[in-house]
Amino acid sequence: MWKRREEETPSRPPVPPSPEPVREPAPPPTPRPSEAEVPRGVAAIGKSVKIKGQIFSREDLYLDGEIEGTVEVPENRVTIGPHGRLQASVKAREVVVLGTVNGNVEASEKIDIRKEARLVGDIKTGRIMIEDGAYFKGSIDIVREAPKPQGAPATRPAPPPAQPGTPGPQAPSPAPPADPKR
Amino acid sequence: MFRDRAKSVPCHGPDPQTVPGLKADPVQADVYARHSHGLEEFFRALGSEPGLRVLDWAGASQASISFITERGFRLYSEDFYQLLETHFGPGDWYAAQQDQARAARFLEQTLGFPPAGFDGALLWDMLEYLAPPLLEAVLTRLYQIIKRGGYMLAIFHADERVERAPVYRYRIGGPDTLWLSLRDMRRPAQLFNNRAIEKLFREAQSLKFFLTRDHLREVIVRR
Repeated sequence: MWKRREEETPSRPPVPPSPEPVREPAPPPTPRPSEAEVPRGVAAIGKSVKIKGQIFSREDLYLDGEIEGTVEVPENRVTIGPHGRLQASVKAREVVVLGTVNGNVEASEKIDIRKEARLVGDIKTGRIMIEDGAYFKGSIDIVREAPKPQGAPATRPAPPPAQPGTPGPQAPSPAPPADPKR
Repeated sequence: MFRDRAKSVPCHGPDPQTVPGLKADPVQADVYARHSHGLEEFFRALGSEPGLRVLDWAGASQASISFITERGFRLYSEDFYQLLETHFGPGDWYAAQQDQARAARFLEQTLGFPPAGFDGALLWDMLEYLAPPLLEAVLTRLYQIIKRGGYMLAIFHADERVERAPVYRYRIGGPDTLWLSLRDMRRPAQLFNNRAIEKLFREAQSLKFFLTRDHLREVIVRR
């Protein structure tokens, strides 16, 4: 019986032993753009750069170097890269921290503290996101935008130009923060 | 042992595993939630006036930051346990804590705040990891930096036979819910019964005790 079945089976040419399947090497994990590379079109301070003084920008900034002083990017985002080491106060619309910051941070919109980050300083912001693993020591002050009064005009008329010798209109300056000292 | 007991306690907060980020760290994957009368009482006693200042020794976490700041409070966050490790580790912590110069530096860096700067403090179980002289010094500073009438929440192990106690990361999962994740096991410097706790906080206006099912004493201290 067995023999007959063998006969019925069409013969096949011998198959050469297949070589070990070749696997394509797995591509290296691609880190998030903000962690490893400077997003395109963003002004950047490289990791070998050291700056002492004031930085003011009207465009997004990526800081991966060593900075001592102040950083002001009122209308845009500032990212402190993984190699970034700031001994500086930072003021921006949005702040992303992947490196080290020693100084107060004011982010009118939001601050994002990633897991490798280290931030020692006081934070004043509209929103905060902090990943587990991030080190933070300091105070957090959430500043909520005051709701606009109903019926108020969308735009305020421009104030008259200040007369020479008279002080111009000034925003009420907030009381000095009575932050607990670290 | 502690964890198993705690797991049986019903909790009213959301599932911690749904919290983004908590699963990422293997230590933090070991998160469980438990009901906390102490936490509930702490925030009830503190009130709801916006702008109150709260000191949190658990280290920064999204959950606690959101909970505290959404109430309109101002938070000061500090990872007290990590600072202890930095200043007194590795080696024999408690021997290192006897070193006056190191203890003074530690106090300056962790509690160097102006007087009466806080309305409340979440101390968690950190007081158990302080050797007696440093503990006294820390309490003296706490009395200085917390306003009279302010509140502290402290946690002590109720099991006095414990040799090594679990050290947790505490996160606030809700008004009466804590999320705990194990970060270390360590022998406490000393263990406290009710009488010892009363003696420890002898200068306080009042104390309120809550015994939890996982053999912890949660204590609300009114400065």
